[in-house]
Amino acid sequence: MSGWIKLAWRYICFHRTKTMIMVACIFLTIFLPIAIGILLSEFQSKIVARSESTPLVIGARGSGMDLTLQSLYFKNRTTDTIPFQESLKAAESGRVTAIPIHSRYTAREFPVVGTDLKYFEFRKLKVADGNMLTILGDCVLGSTVAERLGLSVGEQLLTDPENSINFAGDTPLNMNVRGILAANNSPDDGAIFVDLKTAWVIQGLGHGHQNLEDETDTNIAIRRDDKIEARATVRPFLEINEKNIDSFHFHGSEEDFPISAVIAVPHDEKSETMFMGQYVGAGNRQIDDTGVQLVNPATVIQDLMSLVFRVKQFFDVNALLVSLSTILLLVLVVLLSSRLRAEEMATMFKLGCSRSTIFLLQVGELLFVFLLAGVLIAGAVALVKVFAGDLVLSMLVG
Amino acid sequence: MHLCFMIQVEQLQFAYPRSEFQLSIEELKIEAGEKVAVVGPSGSGKTTLLNLLSGIIVPEQGSVIVDGQTVSAMPDSERRNFRIAEIGFVFQQFELVEYLRVADNIRLPYLINRTLSESSATRERLNDLANSVGIGDKLKRWVHQLSQGEQQRVAICRALLPEPKLILADEPTGNLDPANKQRILSVLFEQVDRGGQTLIVVTHDMAILDGFDRIVDFEKFRKPNSLASPEVAV
Repeated sequence: MSGWIKLAWRYICFHRTKTMIMVACIFLTIFLPIAIGILLSEFQSKIVARSESTPLVIGARGSGMDLTLQSLYFKNRTTDTIPFQESLKAAESGRVTAIPIHSRYTAREFPVVGTDLKYFEFRKLKVADGNMLTILGDCVLGSTVAERLGLSVGEQLLTDPENSINFAGDTPLNMNVRGILAANNSPDDGAIFVDLKTAWVIQGLGHGHQNLEDETDTNIAIRRDDKIEARATVRPFLEINEKNIDSFHFHGSEEDFPISAVIAVPHDEKSETMFMGQYVGAGNRQIDDTGVQLVNPATVIQDLMSLVFRVKQFFDVNALLVSLSTILLLVLVVLLSSRLRAEEMATMFKLGCSRSTIFLLQVGELLFVFLLAGVLIAGAVALVKVFAGDLVLSMLVG
Repeated sequence: MHLCFMIQVEQLQFAYPRSEFQLSIEELKIEAGEKVAVVGPSGSGKTTLLNLLSGIIVPEQGSVIVDGQTVSAMPDSERRNFRIAEIGFVFQQFELVEYLRVADNIRLPYLINRTLSESSATRERLNDLANSVGIGDKLKRWVHQLSQGEQQRVAICRALLPEPKLILADEPTGNLDPANKQRILSVLFEQVDRGGQTLIVVTHDMAILDGFDRIVDFEKFRKPNSLASPEVAV
């Protein structure tokens, strides 16, 4: 090993704190923008892929972004709904496959998504363990949900009450885990899927309770003419099983029951154009005369990403200024260090060290600092690249 | 003819830029193996003489001949190689490198100049030197863990390791207590006697002059533009 390399290495080893501070400065200055770039790119590819695979979404009038986030990523859940009739209407048009989405509730903080079997076909979701939704009260777990909650087929999962002090509201339902989906690196991994009717049961629109036909206790039911009125003491069943499934029923017309959105998958380009013609408006939001909007998720997400990239530009400028500050700081450290070490360098010169070797010694120290920072950055970037997908997915899944 | 002397300075004149100081030496000759003390008040040019002898600076006029080589006429790189091969330095502040352990401080000339190559013999000599000056058990320590006397011993070992012919010591006892001064001088004398080196010690401490073969008083050289031989006391 050349003498100056050995001396440079000994110097940075001896001044560990100073070296670590310099390495940390360089590491943070370079690594953070790179890491953010990688994560953003991964985020973009994941979020764009999902939006591009979802042609059209119908939902309540309001924020197109909220509608997209709720129906594609099960985020930003709002109580804005449209009647199920909108899904039937879309299907009846013969131009699209309509997939209803009900994503208002959660179970242990994971979204409970009410839909029908077309959704699984559309998203190409396969069951890895157990079976697909079979009867009312069944649920199928996304792979992340199953892993994080430690649930397996045959176990039960209780939904979260929407409002713990609303006694008149929805009642938690103990769902039966019928199957677990194979991972597909999408927000579906972080969702709990139920049949649309199960979602309505969770919402309290359908329920099961004891048979009131033969009930004589007036504290439980009152008979008026040929009708039976249930009293508040009648408690709905908290789970659906073989014994009580027949007692479950819905009050009201199914067509009027609420859903969060409808994913509309046009049969072809012409169908898409004609279907969109039913909704008037411009841009990515088209509103029909009943106040229902149709959005193109890809356009909504493009708008979101262009906003994100505008913000990133500010961040890039900031990163540039921070880099400049770091360079100035390093120059200052080197200059101050050179001044402090003037005696040492003079001694080396007197002992026969050439000026070029003295220069190399100081450059060598800096090179080692940059090399250490470079190794750290390379390692950290490699780690970020390996885990970027999971990180972004966990951000999307929640 | 000048080969009989280790050092031969003739008709030397030197001045620092933008300074009134001027060093003039008509003639100074030092024989090989001599132990010479250079005394004089501060600013009389004692350290300048050491710098001229080692080729760190060159005179405006006159010649500096060390071990038969005209140092004053050598180009930069040659003077540097001459310095590393022929001269060992001992400084008042020891000038040890804080981030090197004792052994590496002694080896420093080998680390900073490629003309010196380290061998197993060098490593043996390093151990012998360290043992002979009483720091053999401290080679793996950091220099700040040593006393001042021990640090100066490290500096002496560093000067002697490349086996130079000439040792230049600039106030080597200046930072030491009286007991350590005598001990360090004894160590220095013992080592140069062993190696047969010529020793020039610059000092303004009159209490340490016993044991030198010759004392050169620099009071005379302070007079501007005067060419004179220094007072020599035996």
